[in-house]
Amino acid sequence: MNNNKTNSGALLDVKGLRIEFPTRRGTLTAIDGVSLSLKAGEILGVVGESGAGKSLTGTAITGLLERPGRIAGGEIHFNGQRIDNLPSEAMRKLRGKQIGSIFQDPLTSLNPLFSVGRQLIETIRTHTDLTPRQARARAIEMLTQVGIPAPEQRIDQYPHQFSGGMRQRVVIALALCVNPKLVIADEPTTALDVSVQAQIIDLLKTLCREHGSAVMLVTHDMGVIAETCDRVAVMYAGRLVEIGPVQEVVKHARHPYTRGLMGSIPKLGEEVEHLVQIDGAMPRLSHIPQGCAFNPRCPYATARCREEKPEFANVGQGEVACWLWDGVDPATDPDRLFSNVTLAQRARQQADGVGSAPKKSMQACEQEV
Amino acid sequence: MMNANVAQGRMATATDEAAAEPILRVRNLKRHFDVSPPWLNRVLERKPRQFLRAVDGIDFEIKKGETFGLVGESGCGKSTAARLAVGLYAPSSGSIEFEGVDIGPLSRKQMAPLRSRMQMIFQDPYASFNPRWRVSKIIAEPIRVFGLLKTAAEVDARVAELLTQVGLMPVDGDKYPHEFSGGQRQRISIARALASNPDFIVCDEPTSALDVSVQAQILNLMRDLQRQYRLTYMFISHDLAVVFHISDRVGVMYLGAMVEQAPSAELLRNPRHPYTRMLLDAIPDLDMSGRARTPVSGEVPSPISPPSGCTFHPRCPHANARCTSERPATIATDGGGQVACHAVEEGRI
Ligand SMILES: Nc1ncnc2c1ncn2[C@@H]1O[C@H](COP(=O)(O)OP(=O)(O)OP(=O)(O)O)[C@@H](O)[C@H]1O
Ligand SMILES: Nc1ncnc2c1ncn2[C@@H]1O[C@H](COP(=O)(O)OP(=O)(O)O)[C@@H](O)[C@H]1O
Ligand code: SF4
Ligand code: SF4
Ligand SMILES: [Mg+2]
Ligand SMILES: [Mg+2]
Repeated sequence: MNNNKTNSGALLDVKGLRIEFPTRRGTLTAIDGVSLSLKAGEILGVVGESGAGKSLTGTAITGLLERPGRIAGGEIHFNGQRIDNLPSEAMRKLRGKQIGSIFQDPLTSLNPLFSVGRQLIETIRTHTDLTPRQARARAIEMLTQVGIPAPEQRIDQYPHQFSGGMRQRVVIALALCVNPKLVIADEPTTALDVSVQAQIIDLLKTLCREHGSAVMLVTHDMGVIAETCDRVAVMYAGRLVEIGPVQEVVKHARHPYTRGLMGSIPKLGEEVEHLVQIDGAMPRLSHIPQGCAFNPRCPYATARCREEKPEFANVGQGEVACWLWDGVDPATDPDRLFSNVTLAQRARQQADGVGSAPKKSMQACEQEV
Repeated sequence: MMNANVAQGRMATATDEAAAEPILRVRNLKRHFDVSPPWLNRVLERKPRQFLRAVDGIDFEIKKGETFGLVGESGCGKSTAARLAVGLYAPSSGSIEFEGVDIGPLSRKQMAPLRSRMQMIFQDPYASFNPRWRVSKIIAEPIRVFGLLKTAAEVDARVAELLTQVGLMPVDGDKYPHEFSGGQRQRISIARALASNPDFIVCDEPTSALDVSVQAQILNLMRDLQRQYRLTYMFISHDLAVVFHISDRVGVMYLGAMVEQAPSAELLRNPRHPYTRMLLDAIPDLDMSGRARTPVSGEVPSPISPPSGCTFHPRCPHANARCTSERPATIATDGGGQVACHAVEEGRI
């Protein structure tokens, strides 16, 4: 990965981000060397099990990381400017105007005591020179864009008078009303019905296309990723394990974790008796395994994986951090590599007498991925 | 008319009929909630009594050993239907037969032996656990309540067996619920549900709070247990792909009504009701085909004052004058399903 070069042309450039939490029993590293970049108009999906560090990465970018958490390494550049060390006042201005955020729970972003319109108009007036009348017109326009019916009437209503899906759309209107260059959307549609989800995703896409905003979209829904994102980043235990164009990652994942994740999702119209299963669970921050953090759950792990941390390598059009790909021709079709590796793997496992725990998922991987 | 059509629909599957008797049969089931303003306000402000028709006349059957899935937008009555099915809510009207016995008129005492054979699993198991109880006590609760085993040693052995069956270890019984992850807690609630040797388990969003990886573990476990013990499931989730994966038959609810039901593969391949089509169309596509989908229009109306006729008519692209005035009857489809839509009946779509 281009860790030391500035990614010119990128709107957002995160390099070697490291986030730590000091505790009584020592320092926990929650984010460990995450590098990613986003161009204007681009949508980057971020996936991974809960606790992988998706939200923390987002809060670090928006400058909302709360103590005792701290950025202990790396840099964040936005629009050519370094922002990870900005004074909080400067960051607050940037956040309102240039960087918008949408969180999972719309109620935390809306003030229940003020009407929806008042909240929108205040945000617009703080960051633009519009008159109150113009700001109100702009607020109504935003509500129309996010698909709120009869916005002239609804603008004076309070958040509790809106349904969950409509509140989430109001939050999106709030985040987008000043046309931010970057939007961090952390699970904006989790827990919403597919019908509402489809509306919100369409909306994000349109607004992104029309204003050239870049979006970092954290979601569990691989279908949403496939339909909206240009590129996908996969996180595990505070590290980035794979990043690449959406087709590559969804269809031809190179990292065993990504493969497992993709396989564990039920797919409409595909009848299988069992889903691919990644056994075990994400490690706690205090117990991140040595070497590759995924090794205890990985059916392809070797002795090297338990000792050395894999580095990022260019593979296909993406990048992957996995020893499987060390010295492999980057053009190799991952599907072929995986079946070959599995055979080699069996022999190796027999050789070093690895326990039987991950066998089940390994078989599942072989059959179904 | 309804019954004739149901019978006709079943003809198609007459071969499996003998093998699989319905374990649950629900007829014209309704549950209305009184959401009237307080009496004084009604009198002073002349407000009428108000009823929310959470479940408003649904029919379905679940065969032994099968999984019946329920889908529909938030608030359409899925959880209410689930609670009715296991007797946690009393129906406002209609009947529920468990193995041919109408459970409506049964007294608490008569109901007791049936209770142990029906269990329920929820989205948030933590909320239904006593946080101060050890896991072994939590799992043993149904055994105690129904008096299934006599000695403490028998109970301990059974709890250890249940923990093993759900992929935990017998020593986990000594821990407290907060010591477990979300997925492990769901395993504990499955162990507790299995403790009374049930035949029928209602699962209301059991994996909705879990990561996809953990969800796969739980769904695989549920399927294995179903095969092993010939369990019958009623399964609810707002994730349609999950429901179609786990279910043999799927019902689609809209504003308290069952608008369509069919074998899952058939419903997916050949959805008939405009609402089913809208729901399926809204699912993001993993194949990145970039198909242009019809935008979802409108919101679910209030179930307190639902639209007249077919309640879907304000959102339906095929609605006509008849749809706004006449509630569509349920008719059987060729694929072994049932659908309630004038346009389908008239052959318009
Ligand atoms: N105890 C109750 N009193 C009054 N209204 C209720 C009660 N329980 C449910 N309702 C209402 O009945 C309707 C159906 O609710 P239900 O919980 O069955 O929906 P659901 O389909 O499970 O929705 P979700 O997907 O959000 O869980 C809703 O409008 C709800 O507000
Ligand atoms: N305030 C905090 N104190 C200690 N650990 C934290 C704190 N916030 C987050 N973490 C830890 O950081 C890791 C990443 O968290 P998060 O970014 O929220 O994950 P995700 O959004 O991917 O689910 C988790 O292990 C979480 O427990
Ligand atoms: S580095 Fe080794 S343990 Fe890690 S994902 Fe690759 S093969 Fe598995
Ligand atoms: S009955 Fe009419 S309004 Fe209802 S779903 Fe059918 S066509 Fe649409
Ligand atoms: Mg998060
Ligand atoms: Mg519910």
